[in-house]
Amino acid sequence: MADKPFIARGFHGRRAAAPPGRLPPGQYETRDFPVLSAGPTPHTSLTAWDFTIRGADDASPSVRWSWDELQALPHETPTVDIHCVTKWSKFDTKWEGVSVDTLLDAARAAGVANGAFVLAYCDGGYTTNLPLADVTGGKAWVAFGYDGAPLAPEHGGPARLLVPHLYFWKSAKWVRGLTLLPNDEPGFWEQLGYHDRGDPWREQRYRGDP
Amino acid sequence: MNEAIGESVATPPRLEWQVASVVSVTQETPRARTLVLAVPRWAGHRAGQHVDLRLVAEDGYQAQRSYSIASAPADGMVALTVERLDDGEVSPYLCDVVQPGDGVELRGPIGGYFVWEPAQRGPLFLVAGGSGIVPLMAMLRQRGRADVAARAQVPVRLLYSARTLDDVIYRAELEQLADASQAEVVLTLTRQAPPGWSGYHRRVDRTMLEAVSWPSSDEPNVYVCGPTSLVESVATLLVELGHAASRVRTERFGPTG
Repeated sequence: MADKPFIARGFHGRRAAAPPGRLPPGQYETRDFPVLSAGPTPHTSLTAWDFTIRGADDASPSVRWSWDELQALPHETPTVDIHCVTKWSKFDTKWEGVSVDTLLDAARAAGVANGAFVLAYCDGGYTTNLPLADVTGGKAWVAFGYDGAPLAPEHGGPARLLVPHLYFWKSAKWVRGLTLLPNDEPGFWEQLGYHDRGDPWREQRYRGDP
Repeated sequence: MNEAIGESVATPPRLEWQVASVVSVTQETPRARTLVLAVPRWAGHRAGQHVDLRLVAEDGYQAQRSYSIASAPADGMVALTVERLDDGEVSPYLCDVVQPGDGVELRGPIGGYFVWEPAQRGPLFLVAGGSGIVPLMAMLRQRGRADVAARAQVPVRLLYSARTLDDVIYRAELEQLADASQAEVVLTLTRQAPPGWSGYHRRVDRTMLEAVSWPSSDEPNVYVCGPTSLVESVATLLVELGHAASRVRTERFGPTG
């Protein structure tokens, strides 16, 4: 922040014992796993569930995985720190999922039109936008397991996007697919004033933040 | 849910930090305090929005938290009601240390989905748990500022779950609204109830929601704010009772440290 800070009289803080370099600016560590969402939790049965990658152009082919087909892909088990724009961070969260690289490789092989951005779409109507570079190179997963158990519905189960290096609203709950786009298109919170990229280390919380 | 966002979104190009001055403090309950702030550059807000508040210590250490706005847009001042969390970092400072005349840094308003506009027609059904009443109070206050004809367009019911009667924030104001038939206010107490208590004395459940809410055919706009357990169960029950998910807006509002 370029603003010169205003000192709060008599404020000393509690100085959480977070290891240096792990807590982005303005964040505090929590051991809970808070839940934030804009509406009721959707409940989609696994037999009805699928995941689709499609191009912006209707003429583009798309690739679709059923739940069982997704489960048959190689699993990864990332342990990552997560950072919510509402200020909490949680360290060493343990997930299980399929790398978005794996899914995009298959999409590319199937001729899905490429794009420089993706829009994740979800049950309940939620969307979020990300540069392709933020979901490739081992940085993003479609996660269906948390802490050794199936991902709970209130945390985004059956499956959510996991993009831990960005604020957690980018890790869209109840995700059902990605649309590859040539240009960036703001998603749900991004249309409501939140930042298009959301890098917690640059404190990109809201539109106009650096 | 995107379809429901009909209104244009008045978000300034950049939310700048600014120093607001504390005009007054009011103890609402043993654990909650209202700070009334004069904010020099305030573009106005919508009922349901929040602000980010930042405290910086002398050595540059900083802490930030989000707090819902309790005041109506037309009130001219920004009121925040803060619940004190004993092992918290920011809320004990705001509840114990801050005095009128002090400054606090904030930026906002923030959030464009959990908002209510008077132009939204249809009944308004508010469900609060604990300090989740705060953004809903902004809606009640905004509706209360409208004229009688406008109010008639928007009948309002509040179902408010608190631990005890002493934990009910804005109790006197809510009683006034009920006495003036401006709003139907239904309390449920989840722990101790006073002798002779005739209201609900349990957690919000399906039977209570069926009794208190409008039927889904009346298409009420529903706002649910409180701890995750309450929000999760109330929102799920309302959808089971036939309310469209797009008309059930939720905000999790655990006390933040």
